[in-house]
Amino acid sequence: MLADKDRIFTNLYGFEDPGLKGAMARGAWDGTKAILDRGIDAIIDEMKKSGLRGRGGAGFPTGLKWSFMPKEVKERPHYLVVNADESEPGTCKDRDILRNDPHTLVEGCLIASFAMRANACYIYVRGEFIREREALQRAIDEAYEAKLVGKDNIHGYPFDIYMHHGAGAYICGEETALLESLEGKKGQPRLKPPFPANSGVWGCPTTVNNVESIAVAPTILRRGAEWFAGIGRPNNTGTKVFCISGHVNKPCNVEEEMGIPLKELIEKHAGGVRGGWDNLLAVIPGGASVPLLPKSICDDVLMDFDSLKNVQSGLGTAAVIVMDKSTDIVKAITRLAYFYKHESCGQCTPCREGTGWMWRVMKRMTVGDSHPAEIDLLQEVTKEIEGHTICALGDAAAWPIQGLIRHFRPELERRMAARKVAAE
Amino acid sequence: MSVRRLSAKQPATFSFNAQGKSAVEKWIAKFPQGRQASAVIAALWIGQEQEGWVSKPMIEDVARLLSMPYIRVLEVATFYTMFNLEPVGDHLVQICTTTPCWLRGSDDVVAACKKHIAPTQHTVSSDGKFSWMEVECLGACVNAPMLQIGKDFYEDLDGPATEKLLEAFRRGETPKPGPQNYGRVSSEPAGGALALKDPQLYKGGYSRMGGSGAGTTDNEGNAPTKAASDREAPAQKPPGAAT
Repeated sequence: MLADKDRIFTNLYGFEDPGLKGAMARGAWDGTKAILDRGIDAIIDEMKKSGLRGRGGAGFPTGLKWSFMPKEVKERPHYLVVNADESEPGTCKDRDILRNDPHTLVEGCLIASFAMRANACYIYVRGEFIREREALQRAIDEAYEAKLVGKDNIHGYPFDIYMHHGAGAYICGEETALLESLEGKKGQPRLKPPFPANSGVWGCPTTVNNVESIAVAPTILRRGAEWFAGIGRPNNTGTKVFCISGHVNKPCNVEEEMGIPLKELIEKHAGGVRGGWDNLLAVIPGGASVPLLPKSICDDVLMDFDSLKNVQSGLGTAAVIVMDKSTDIVKAITRLAYFYKHESCGQCTPCREGTGWMWRVMKRMTVGDSHPAEIDLLQEVTKEIEGHTICALGDAAAWPIQGLIRHFRPELERRMAARKVAAE
Repeated sequence: MSVRRLSAKQPATFSFNAQGKSAVEKWIAKFPQGRQASAVIAALWIGQEQEGWVSKPMIEDVARLLSMPYIRVLEVATFYTMFNLEPVGDHLVQICTTTPCWLRGSDDVVAACKKHIAPTQHTVSSDGKFSWMEVECLGACVNAPMLQIGKDFYEDLDGPATEKLLEAFRRGETPKPGPQNYGRVSSEPAGGALALKDPQLYKGGYSRMGGSGAGTTDNEGNAPTKAASDREAPAQKPPGAAT
């Protein structure tokens, strides 16, 4: 188990004061000026060396992403945009950072903005998180008052930070859709290229990072890349906030080492699977978008980007959704299919039409009202959607269904056979 | 996608009250000159907080205020699902029914709302106080099942806890938000966490420049950056020192 002294989010559960005074007592805002004084190249180099990979789902190296920003500021100002549009089913980690440890984020925004030559940052919080955005705004106000941020702050780098919010659209978690939304439009993703680092919000160079990626940066820079890289496994370093939900005895969020075995994570922190480990049916290891894993794989899989990729799933947002043997697995995935149908932005035909089509077929398959050949057709349609849309929502809608077919095809066929017998 | 249209019945006029007006102005000031359209979601939200739902005159007013074409504001109002396009009850009950909540019994929460509010969603209860709707993942999955009433999340529910909650609202009370069962404070495991027990975390923490981990007094805590700027670069730890 990760030692307490190596935890970054020390007020994850909100037992302590989330305000500035409490945050400082836990080590936030300590030596921020000294970090900035090291210079942009040293900061980016340290972030690269730490091996931090983006915590929003895709796992892109954070230091590398920062380095993509133009090397000098010309007529267009640079922006940092923080993605706090946390809507991936199963995921509730950024919520705890926003409400309980917001100063880790505010300090991270200053450092990250400095490293990408941005003097302004927007934090896009999902619309439903009303109390969370109030908490974030309080932290921002405190930081302004203490002159930690602002045009004339004690760090000597002019910097403004703004809270922004959405109004209930999952798609705005996609970075270019988020930028569209920030500009006051419908959240429909943009074609890339141009990438946001060249043309982001209002056509200016922009970097979009997840809350957790930014909030861990100050601690990494204080304690050193070696410290962070010493936790976890090669190419999958550091700590990660895991969200364990579903059929466990004690659902919870917990910060743990990357690469912790899934079984250990569930048994140690979440009180085990309801009815014991042998009662496990399947786990969705990284938020609704990634394919599920049957128990046989869950027995020894490690929770990191590469290990989960090797078993044809993904770490995603590290939201572990546990399903025991009482679960109607087809219905569980059908509900996700409905989610993607509901959240498709409607821009690309394969996704707009395909998500609805898949949901309707899945609905029939839940009750066995189908025939085995249709499983192959469904599989083929998921392949036609995957990779044929502007953003990854099409892929995200396809993957859970592909995972179901891969691991639970006999269950789908059993239902069809049972219905046929009942009809005769 | 969800098909969303404006209500057939519309009020004649809309205008922001004084508080709303100044709130919208504050939002416009967050963005660079000429980028006032960025405030459209916030403006519609402020309007909805005032009226309970988004009407056609409100959309027209926001368009005028932000110098946007009407169609652009209409697009936003119909795209984002948190904008209510029909009147709702005083207490809008939004139940998360996505898979993580469904696994833990959101069906029972829905059943309680059907019994206590109205048999179908988007219907204002007979006393005008409530309406309910199913929504997609609200992002409190480790506290499932849950629902949102107004600005607050009510978590760790089941059928009886939901009924109790609604009865309290009906009596005019505002129950304490957060987990309603298992004695939890927030997202920690029921019965207490294994993590975050080291008292040193709260007396200076381990994340300090130089890694000394020494505690600070309140005075130092209030002005750490002054001292920190004089400090030397941190001593780097050898690999593997983490554990």
